[in-house]
Amino acid sequence: MPKWSMVIDLDKCVACQGCSIACRFENNTPVVAPDQAKLGRAMRWNDVFPLPVNPTEETGEYPHVKAQYVPRPCMHCENPPCIKVCPVGATFIDEEGIVEQNYARCIGCRFCTVGCPYGVRYFNWYEPQWETPLAEHLNPDRVEGQGVLEGPAVRPLGVVEKCTFCIHRLKKAHAQAEAEGRDFRADEYVPACVQTCTGKARFFGDLEDPDSTVSQLALKPRSFRLLEDGGTHPKTIYLREG
Amino acid sequence: MLRIDPEYKKKLIDPLFAPLDLNFKLSAGVLLALIGWGALLYFRQIFLGLGVTGMGRPVYWSMYIVNFIFFIGISHAGTLISAILRVTGAEWRRPITRVAEAITVFALIIGSMQILIDMGRIDRLPFTVIFGRLQSPIMWDIISVTLYLLGSVTYLFLPLMPDLAIIRDNLPPGVPEWRRKFYTILSLGWRGTKAQWVRLEKAIAFMAVFIIPVAVSVHSIISWILASTLQPGWHSTIFGPYFVIGAIFSGIGALFIAMTAVRKVFGLEKYIALKQYRYLGLLFIAMNAIWFYFTFAENLGIATGQQTYEMPILAVKLWGEFAPTFWLMIACMAVAFYILVVPPMLKQQTAQRTFVFQPRFARMSAIVAAVLVGLLVVPNLVNVPFLAVSGTTVAATVLWILLILNVLGFLLSVSQWLKANPVTSIVIASALVVVGMWLERWNIVLPTVTHPMLVSSSTYTPSLTEISIMVASISGFMLMFMIFFKLFPPISIWELAEGNIIEQAQSRVVIPQPEISGD
Repeated sequence: MPKWSMVIDLDKCVACQGCSIACRFENNTPVVAPDQAKLGRAMRWNDVFPLPVNPTEETGEYPHVKAQYVPRPCMHCENPPCIKVCPVGATFIDEEGIVEQNYARCIGCRFCTVGCPYGVRYFNWYEPQWETPLAEHLNPDRVEGQGVLEGPAVRPLGVVEKCTFCIHRLKKAHAQAEAEGRDFRADEYVPACVQTCTGKARFFGDLEDPDSTVSQLALKPRSFRLLEDGGTHPKTIYLREG
Repeated sequence: MLRIDPEYKKKLIDPLFAPLDLNFKLSAGVLLALIGWGALLYFRQIFLGLGVTGMGRPVYWSMYIVNFIFFIGISHAGTLISAILRVTGAEWRRPITRVAEAITVFALIIGSMQILIDMGRIDRLPFTVIFGRLQSPIMWDIISVTLYLLGSVTYLFLPLMPDLAIIRDNLPPGVPEWRRKFYTILSLGWRGTKAQWVRLEKAIAFMAVFIIPVAVSVHSIISWILASTLQPGWHSTIFGPYFVIGAIFSGIGALFIAMTAVRKVFGLEKYIALKQYRYLGLLFIAMNAIWFYFTFAENLGIATGQQTYEMPILAVKLWGEFAPTFWLMIACMAVAFYILVVPPMLKQQTAQRTFVFQPRFARMSAIVAAVLVGLLVVPNLVNVPFLAVSGTTVAATVLWILLILNVLGFLLSVSQWLKANPVTSIVIASALVVVGMWLERWNIVLPTVTHPMLVSSSTYTPSLTEISIMVASISGFMLMFMIFFKLFPPISIWELAEGNIIEQAQSRVVIPQPEISGD
């Protein structure tokens, strides 16, 4: 079984936020009005934000200022704090290491959103809405089943959603390999953000395979993980700038 | 046919059958209106979504959770007073157990409602049973709160049974038929036989022991919901005992207010006497001291460790945007401590002549303090040129010192009055503690959710919906209380009678003089 992992090279990232946009269209993330965004209700499964998150004097004084931006998908932790606290198993880690979210199961208690130290989880405060041209071009892909609703499927009111490493793409790739009667290869699938990345800063692959790009990059001295001392063991790995 | 002391009948049973007076109808009407308004906004929230609150990212939890922790905390009044005092055989508990147990049940009902109100999908509540995961602290909470609610209702009902039978057998003439049936059914055929008494005492003794660990678990688990996350300010081992102590502390405060209300409305000064206030007051002082100790201990480690994500949480409490609520909380608790400890220690005679104990001094210091508060607050709200000077550090420091001195002076000058009115002063202290404990919950939940590790800091203002639902919750709590004491006696009649018998028996015991030895 592959263990899916993403490596983001901060040296190559130009903070264009193309990943955020690609994610939004791939995963049907609801759009909110500016007044709602002010209340912190904007949804960005793949957020790009400055680090430190609250710029203070420590980031320097003009002209010696330094701005660092971090693109942030879900960390897909190997020890995810979010799934431990879910009372109903609406969020869970699958055998390929992806932390999934089942909209049909979520009761909206928001313990996972509070429990996630990375803030990758979003809540549907209102029923998702799109304006006319957008509403006509939603991604039809969805992961569906008995009591299961995942991926880009339009979310119901009052549930939590998050980055799934484009789980629908993975399912499609698996289905295709099965239909063609061959083994699935780890290079058959990448999430939308990796595909779109302007600076080619994102790498995606199987962490179990020691020869894969992500495994090789993860060994670099530049590699680090967000909140490493939290014991969450993220599978989204960063390469330090400089 | 069970008999009752005519005095008890007059004081405790007859008021239950008196026609509803205007005060009752008026207050019930107001409370119902507030509850109705809150319910209306809640249904609106169900249909529109939690967007009608002031929450967002990263403030995923806010006032509903604060109220949840607060009300469940209040519910600890009943267990502590009844169970611990019953187990230890404290005789003075007898007149106040009923009120304490009633608080527990009502606060638990209102408290658990808060968590349901906070849920994004109330229609999926059955999922917690169908798909429940025992690893989640929320499941621990559901189990312990449910157990506590069932236990508390049982524990309220058991000692009520003989009283219900007494009422059934001593109904005043002309009582509506439904009330006769009501008491007959609820007393479950109680006849006061010896076998029944033995069984009841056994059941009460078991429940009293059983409910103490359940109550401790309830508030520990609520604290663990916060402590089991990685969030700065919450990820702390002290939270369990801190929350339990805080819960008992606020519970005693609520109990003082409730028992004083019952005492005044029913005229029970003879039963709920100063003795009850004094003994429970001692427990109150102890809890206050322990609370201060825990609050200090909680923050000391953060202050000395100065960790990247922990320190800002403490900083916003000490001098940031949560400073007003934090220091107001500290002030509430400190003033409550003063009111409970200092006035009873004063000597009455010598004090009368001292200048600081005269009403003139009280008025003066109060006025000066009010002016100082104005000087400190106004420059923050509006830009007044000649007041801008009080915004400077030196001036503000001087003003704060003067304010503290004036408040101390005011407290000192009213001490004689507080000493002369012990019940009123304890109620004032209790009100301060209840407000302070609500602020404490606010100061624990909000600074952390507004200052997470990897999301930029945020602010939170409760919306009209959240405030209305909070008001409705408090109203619901009060209304349940009012209705309960229109149907059931406010004091456990049989326990009071039992206490009298024990007292009489003790007064008849002759203690032999010590023998003086011959050599």
